[in-house]
Amino acid sequence: MTPRRFLATLGPGLLWLAIFLIVPSVIMLGYSFLTRTDLAQVGAPWTLENWQRVFGYDALFRQWVPDNLRVLWRSLWLAALSTLLCVLMGYPLAFYIAHQEARRKNLLLLLLIIPFWTNFLIRVYAWILILRPFGLVPSTAATFLGMVYAFLPFFVLPVYSSVEKLDWRLLEAAEDLGATPARAFMTGVFPQTLPGLVAGILLTFIPALGMFVVSDILGGAKTALIGNLIQNQFGQAGDWPYGSALSFLLMGVVLLGLWLYARFAGEKGLEELL
Amino acid sequence: MNRRTHPALTVWAWLTYAFLYLPILVLIVFSFNESKFGANWTGFTTHWYSVLFARQDVREAVSHTLEVAVLSTLVSTVLGTLVGFGLWRGGFRGRVPLTFLLVMPIVIPDVVMGVMLLMFYAIVRGLLERTGWTFENGFWTVMLAHVSFQISYVALTVRSRLAGYGRELEEAAADLGATPVQSFLQVVLPLALPGVLGGALLAFTLSLDDFVVTYFTSGSGFRTLPVLIYTAVKKGVTPDINALSTLLVLFTVVMIVLANLLSRPRKEQV
Repeated sequence: MTPRRFLATLGPGLLWLAIFLIVPSVIMLGYSFLTRTDLAQVGAPWTLENWQRVFGYDALFRQWVPDNLRVLWRSLWLAALSTLLCVLMGYPLAFYIAHQEARRKNLLLLLLIIPFWTNFLIRVYAWILILRPFGLVPSTAATFLGMVYAFLPFFVLPVYSSVEKLDWRLLEAAEDLGATPARAFMTGVFPQTLPGLVAGILLTFIPALGMFVVSDILGGAKTALIGNLIQNQFGQAGDWPYGSALSFLLMGVVLLGLWLYARFAGEKGLEELL
Repeated sequence: MNRRTHPALTVWAWLTYAFLYLPILVLIVFSFNESKFGANWTGFTTHWYSVLFARQDVREAVSHTLEVAVLSTLVSTVLGTLVGFGLWRGGFRGRVPLTFLLVMPIVIPDVVMGVMLLMFYAIVRGLLERTGWTFENGFWTVMLAHVSFQISYVALTVRSRLAGYGRELEEAAADLGATPVQSFLQVVLPLALPGVLGGALLAFTLSLDDFVVTYFTSGSGFRTLPVLIYTAVKKGVTPDINALSTLLVLFTVVMIVLANLLSRPRKEQV
């Protein structure tokens, strides 16, 4: 492609992403080494304090406090646990849908796509109506339930597209060769669903890791996640440098995971995520 | 494919669907509940819908949401289609980093994207103020932010639509004397059109639905529907929000069914 055509086609879009994505990322990295001078104000001197705080060092009292690490840890395991539950609920569901005859299959898919496209806030908010009479709002359990609920459709759809493409002859071959049903499934079917499964897990785990809306609405102060911590720095606390460090850590973790994934799955795998 | 379905799998599937729909049904039922405080059913009413329709802020939020969605979709569809076309055409180095850059807005947590843009706008404002200009966060900041995540979705949809076609298309057009612009407009674009429309629909829906990025880039004077709902929910549950949510669910269902009907291949006439 000539440079002129490159500029004419990819140029404007890439320039846009550079301005609204790369420049802000660099600004954020820079801010994470500056000092909060006032509410939502940033200035000199350069410091490592924000990053120390991220990992639990309290500069004022010169000691390590576990609070922050606890929040990071809670975000990780809550995201992991929600993803696990989505797998347990959604993986069999994908098979069930794929097994139906065409008309029923379309209906079941439609019933999956409706919550998929229904506004996220509304779906989470609806749980308040259900759980509040039981005194469960706010609680960690409610946050967990809300996360699973919010992400389940995002998980099932990519898994389904893998199951749909399955070559069932491999299962039959394994059975013919005398494998037990479980073994036949693990060798003949499971590996074929892996691309969809991995995509579904990433599409659940990554947004769950950065979630602040569900924990904000259903969790209350005790279930603060890293997302809530970030929201607070850019809201009431007005501590942009510290919030930048937290955000950069979160973005770094996600991009690192994506990079590892891209190394294993290649460019094709990156696209399959979508 | 007609393999047996284990009864346990059927039960599991129905339970999962019940889980998915229980909250939505509860929401709809409660939007018709007379009681202001929710928990008990005291009688049927459509009162909350009239309360909702009388609210000026809701009407404003609806039009803000639509304005942002329409303009951002137009901009991102043009930019994204060009990017998707360029990616399909290839012939340059660095495809992997470019794909990575395109996937970034899709995968980085939306809270990060929101705060990043919040700081970016603050710096731009600071720089502009030195020249005597200024701006408030509102329609434009939100719209530009939405385009930033929409471009990727459009580009990747267009590209995967074109993936089945080879470069011969353009070569044939060139042999017949078409300029590159002509071949793009008259040969490639018509083939990519379903992908362009699909990408635009996706971009539009993402904009309508976005809460997090809008929340951080909108400032205090400009509210979209998701931001309005969030603010209301934080203050406490009110029945008119149930009514609003019910209407939005209904809107989603209608849109999906319409999209489904339109995209369904026509049956052969015998």
